[in-house]
Amino acid sequence: MPYLGDEHTVRELRRALSNPNVQADHLRYRNTIHRVIRVMSQGQDVSGLYSEMVKACATVDIVQKKLVYVFLCSYASLNPELSLLVINTLRKDCSDHNPMVRSLALRNMCNLRLPGLSQYVQQPLTVGLKDKAACVRRVAVLGWAKIHSLQPNTEMDVAVVNELYGLLRDPDPVVMVNCLRALEEILQEEGGVAINKPIAHHLLNRLKLCDVWGQSEVLAVLQRYRPRGEDELFDILSLLDPALLSHHAPVMAATLRLFLSLCSTLPAVCMSALERARGPLLAAAGSTSRELRYAALCHIQLLLRSEPGLLGEHYKRFFCGYAEPPYIKQNKMQVLVELVNDDNVAMVLDELRGYCTDVNTETSQTAINAIGSIGRSYTDRCLAILTGLLGLKQEHITSAVLQTLRDLVWVCPQCGDAVCSALEGWEDNLQDSQGRGALLWLLGVYGDRVTGAPYLLEDCIDGVRSEVSAEVKTELLTATLRLFLSRPAETQDMMGRLLVYCIEEEVDMCVRDQALLYYRLLHCGIEEVRQVLQGGRRSDPSLGPLIGRPPEPISQWASIFNTLEPLTLGASTVGNSDPVTPKLSTLTPNTLTSNAEAMTPTPGDPHLPDCSSGALSLSVSPALTPEEFERLWLQLEKGACLEVCVACPVPRCSPEGLQVALQLVNIQTLAFTPPNTHPWRVYLYTHTSHISTKTPHTLILAELLHTGGEGEKEEEEEGEEEGEREEEGEKEGEGEKEGEKEEEEEGEGEKEGEEEGDKEGEEEGDGEREKEKGLLVVMRQHPGDQTALRGFLSVLTTVLHTLSTHTACTYTA
Amino acid sequence: MISQVFILSSKGDHLIYKDFRGEAGKDAVNKFYEMVTALTGGQPPVVMKHKELHFVHIRQGGLYWVATTKADASPFTIIEFLNRLTALVKDYCGCLSEKSVQMNFALIYELLDEVVDFGYIQTTSTDILKNFIQTEAVSSKPFSLFDLSNVGLFGADTQQNKVAPSAAATRPIVSSQGEQGGKNEIFVDVIERMSVVIGANGVLMKADIEGEIRVKCYMPSCSEMRIGLNEEFSIGKSQLSGYGAAVRVDECSFHQAVRLDEFDTYRILKVCPSQGEQTVMQYQLCDDLPTAPPFRLFPSIERDSGGRLLMYLKLRCDLPPKSLSQELSSPDQSAELQPKNKAVHWEIPRFPGGAQLSALFKLEVSGLSAASLQEVGPVSLNFELPKYTSTGLQIRFLRLSPIQPGPSQRWVRYVTHSDSYTIRI
Repeated sequence: MPYLGDEHTVRELRRALSNPNVQADHLRYRNTIHRVIRVMSQGQDVSGLYSEMVKACATVDIVQKKLVYVFLCSYASLNPELSLLVINTLRKDCSDHNPMVRSLALRNMCNLRLPGLSQYVQQPLTVGLKDKAACVRRVAVLGWAKIHSLQPNTEMDVAVVNELYGLLRDPDPVVMVNCLRALEEILQEEGGVAINKPIAHHLLNRLKLCDVWGQSEVLAVLQRYRPRGEDELFDILSLLDPALLSHHAPVMAATLRLFLSLCSTLPAVCMSALERARGPLLAAAGSTSRELRYAALCHIQLLLRSEPGLLGEHYKRFFCGYAEPPYIKQNKMQVLVELVNDDNVAMVLDELRGYCTDVNTETSQTAINAIGSIGRSYTDRCLAILTGLLGLKQEHITSAVLQTLRDLVWVCPQCGDAVCSALEGWEDNLQDSQGRGALLWLLGVYGDRVTGAPYLLEDCIDGVRSEVSAEVKTELLTATLRLFLSRPAETQDMMGRLLVYCIEEEVDMCVRDQALLYYRLLHCGIEEVRQVLQGGRRSDPSLGPLIGRPPEPISQWASIFNTLEPLTLGASTVGNSDPVTPKLSTLTPNTLTSNAEAMTPTPGDPHLPDCSSGALSLSVSPALTPEEFERLWLQLEKGACLEVCVACPVPRCSPEGLQVALQLVNIQTLAFTPPNTHPWRVYLYTHTSHISTKTPHTLILAELLHTGGEGEKEEEEEGEEEGEREEEGEKEGEGEKEGEKEEEEEGEGEKEGEEEGDKEGEEEGDGEREKEKGLLVVMRQHPGDQTALRGFLSVLTTVLHTLSTHTACTYTA
Repeated sequence: MISQVFILSSKGDHLIYKDFRGEAGKDAVNKFYEMVTALTGGQPPVVMKHKELHFVHIRQGGLYWVATTKADASPFTIIEFLNRLTALVKDYCGCLSEKSVQMNFALIYELLDEVVDFGYIQTTSTDILKNFIQTEAVSSKPFSLFDLSNVGLFGADTQQNKVAPSAAATRPIVSSQGEQGGKNEIFVDVIERMSVVIGANGVLMKADIEGEIRVKCYMPSCSEMRIGLNEEFSIGKSQLSGYGAAVRVDECSFHQAVRLDEFDTYRILKVCPSQGEQTVMQYQLCDDLPTAPPFRLFPSIERDSGGRLLMYLKLRCDLPPKSLSQELSSPDQSAELQPKNKAVHWEIPRFPGGAQLSALFKLEVSGLSAASLQEVGPVSLNFELPKYTSTGLQIRFLRLSPIQPGPSQRWVRYVTHSDSYTIRI
């Protein structure tokens, strides 16, 4: 059909609709109406034809009626007056002898969505509830829900609600389910339909009569029912048991969810329910519909969080099909990583090895990363594969392998040798900046063991002018300096050249500052440099245990089972625009574990540490400015907020030391008071990304507070509003220099002082370190996510404990 | 609950749009298309979120079938619903394509109207729906000038025999006009999908079969059908089959309408099929295949003196020779290099059982090194094996009761598809 423009089409259609000849021939008339609907569904505005269509609605031809109703319902809100005319026809139809006509009229009467018409609609709806034909009752029941949603604030007639409750016993199962749905909406304020014992058992007994959609809905409603006593509970469970094995995924998922919620206190029952549902879940994961497969895979990942061994023997089900879309392949690989055990590791790695050369680069990178994750437990096998992949000399593969090796070596220092021998004789020129960054890091850290390291670095330094990525440049600076420490003779000259270039010609401030810093550092003497740069750290095996996370309790995820969330979570990882750094337990070591970094914080720098513990990973980027921090802090005052007292003394180390330590775990310090001031405060923030909880990304702001013993008393007297103070204190905090802060801080102290008081008893009262009682951590988070918050807290306390034990030793010494 | 349902063509044309709850605006359609096309990498993930609105979509027949929801609904339900909707549209319109959806939009609106009310799924059973659906399907085949004047909305023939509405309430649906004219037909299909991985050394690393028995019924009334399976059919690993060719599956599930009272003793499924297509039984078998995998590959990959990559592939079909007709002993094969996928596409129209085919591919690859040879592979096979089930599941008999008046045709078809058949090199 040629496109004629809205107006022309409308004019033509109007002429056709009002042509008496057309009206006389009902086939022609209907065809014209057909055209109107077609034009409408193509997205053109044909609302101008409303009055013509209203006339067309008075007909005996059901097809025509249906067509006209489609039109009228779409445009009724634009023509409330004309719709009044339709109501008459509709009301007449409501008493038609044909039940189909009655239900049609009743349904569309409510679908007009005009609050003004509800008075005309109520009477036919009341009659409809008692209609002989089930199809009319179905429509009438939902009609009340529609009326309610149009005027959500008006009180629903009690008689109607009672009638609806009565209709739960309707012989037609769809009417029953519709009643549940309608009551859920109407009584939303009161928490939905009341499920007492008779209703619950009535629903359970009629479950088999419903179709799959009804069943899953009833099961969802039943979650609110709490059986009295174990006997009843087990009666219900045994009644539901067959549904766990349903080959309709919706029913199976709804049943499993109901099981999990009913048996939240009986972990053993939950576990056996998971085992029962394993078969159907696996079947869904192999369904013909890719979308269903994806949904099942996402849910299987949830299950694995609690029961990693559940699917171990079925690992072959998660081998990727050749023609599967990348998002399914990536999901399957994530599952495979979880399923690895001694028996299947060879097969899984062999399979993953096959995916590394996939045509789709994202898939191959995911596969390489997956091998790296397995490498934490099966280091040798994985290293062999990874180093073998380097031989392929494929740009994207090499880049991904290097990054994986860097991550692996950071956790498993024992693979240093293998990595060094892989780097030996390296001659590739990588284009990918992330891969180059990883290579430089490895060269810097293992430079003493790779013979060719200075030559490789020299190539990079010679080409630094054409280097675009600031990230790579800073990495290059650090690597060169590190190499200088281990092999000064070979490196000195080029290091000089690099520093000159970076200080004189570089435009990027971060790079320039860093170069300057190193330059000045070198002035302080080689020992200083060594201390700062090496810090003795090539790897952090202590992070190892953090990675093998213990199984979570089922209750952690039971609430999001069978909701859209697991799928959107999956999407956020798969659709991630940055394929090289998957969020799942990636651990990128800090490239600069030095004080130097601390003195010139460059929070925007994307190569800053990206540590993670298990699935929770913290990240300091995007950076927050002090102003933003303050704004958010105040904004979140009412939101997710948690105050916890940790029994941990104030770290005795310098503020810089603390900052560095926190940065190692990706927590950025924004401001702090000088040591030995009271109260002592630090402001921190971090971004968490947690692949497996509801909210994938959250921002956590935190304040560490310690009020000294002396300060406490005076402050308690000043009874002032804390909010005010906090705000001011905050501002100062961001204002960054410590001196100004002190006056403001006192207000803060009192609240904490009280809490301190409670805690005081529990802690050892060592006279000398009286002041270092406990630290109050105030955390604010956006969006709220308890799991992430807890994760953050545990990371933070670990760091603080490490610091305080460390410094305590020096203190006593 | 579902807020809106819409169908978009792959180019983003609006084909169908239905708003059930009036919660979200029509701009959601464009927003969805924007989001879908903005993502790279084949098909984007199934669920997307924009503000408060979740988009759940599937792709079928080259179209986007999208449901939006505000509440946190069950993904399984919505995805299954969309799948069911596509099946219904297919049942009613004959096939699933942009054209058929466009031509039958009135029918689809009608379907949607009956299937979903206020965002709640009412029924998707063809038995119930057939009483309500009035519009007749338009198949794309008959095309006359008369049709053209109406932009092909109705086939000319269907317009003439339109019946009065009251009598039409019990009129049966006319499913899949395009497929065949006969009304009294019933198809029972045993469809198996194989996913196989064969290692480089020829060892079978994985072999899974997902099978289903699908009934497609065109009979207006059929009270009961009895499907007899192999008597030695067994479920689960525990049952030792002794000797003889037992047919074993690991797990098995049935449609809820299937009555199994004779299943345990006689392996008979009793079902009252409704019109249209439905799956009566699904089963899975892992690893332990009763027969050898149907295809074996003997590859040899090397570099010739001229720096070209030589791939010599010998493919053997291990099926018994009778499984394909003998007439096509010289298949006309074709092969094509697909640089985009870095793949060689070798097409074999027919492959007789027991036969062996070989091919030699010479490829010019720039910068070919010894290491590059490792990168070659895997070989993936796509095939369809008619009249063959790899589990050995057979339908012994198919009985309809009461005996149908007039000629009725019962068809049993077996087919095995390759879901993913990978041979590593």
